[in-house]
Amino acid sequence: MTFRTTVILGLCLGTALACAGSHDLSPQRALPAYTQECAACHTAYPPALLPAESWQRVMTHLGTHYGSDASLDATQVQAITQWLQSQAGTYKKVRNAPPQDRITLSDWFVREHREVRPELWRHSSVRSPAQCSACHTQAENGRFGERELRLPTPAR
Amino acid sequence: MHAHKRLAPMLLVLLIASPCLAADTQPAAQLERFAVQAGRSGNAELGRQFFINKHGGEWACASCHGEPPTQAGRHARTGKSLLPLAPAFNPKSFTDQARVDKWFRRNCQDVVGRECQAAEKADVLAWLISLKS
Repeated sequence: MTFRTTVILGLCLGTALACAGSHDLSPQRALPAYTQECAACHTAYPPALLPAESWQRVMTHLGTHYGSDASLDATQVQAITQWLQSQAGTYKKVRNAPPQDRITLSDWFVREHREVRPELWRHSSVRSPAQCSACHTQAENGRFGERELRLPTPAR
Repeated sequence: MHAHKRLAPMLLVLLIASPCLAADTQPAAQLERFAVQAGRSGNAELGRQFFINKHGGEWACASCHGEPPTQAGRHARTGKSLLPLAPAFNPKSFTDQARVDKWFRRNCQDVVGRECQAAEKADVLAWLISLKS
């Protein structure tokens, strides 16, 4: 293998790895309490999809959590809050808190789903935009890339 | 000395595995606990009615857990899949007392708008335990 081929191969591999990782939003190790408590009812949303101030509000109002009582004991609330704060999004697209602190009302979320037809949102396997894994097959692992996208068929 | 060497890895395995073995109770023991608190035994038919009916709110227990709750349920709002609630169809169901109390406390708020009474819990559990494959 010549030096030039090695460099080219190295560059290709580097690019492939960088792209493969670009949609991996979940922390390397999720807090077990987060997975156990929060993901019992919904997708284990990657903490980086909301700013720290949104997580703070969400965690202080667990008794009235988007229409459900999601209250936890104080020790768990503190541990999960601390972890969410440390993992919260700080990059430009999530810097501002979305309306109602809902990921699905973030500007970027609405923009990236603008081509989704209304009947798809109503599909029996989707029902709610909170149900990421209905289309994003690797959502629970924090991966939302096009390659992992499977739209439900046919529309029902 | 050699025994200690063999023991250490076994203890390590137990330590690592112990969080997975959270089971500290059984469904029948939970039914008994609520029956004692209520001062009467659980009534499966009352439990079935309590479970499938709404109580002035948007949801019944069955809205998420299904009717009968012998298969995977689905969260009424998020669409998240839930393990079957009836113990005969889910060996982990009602095997962790803290979880039993936590879910009754929260879900009763969502469905009934208050904490459930011991008699109501005994009835529901009596019905759930009666569901067999």
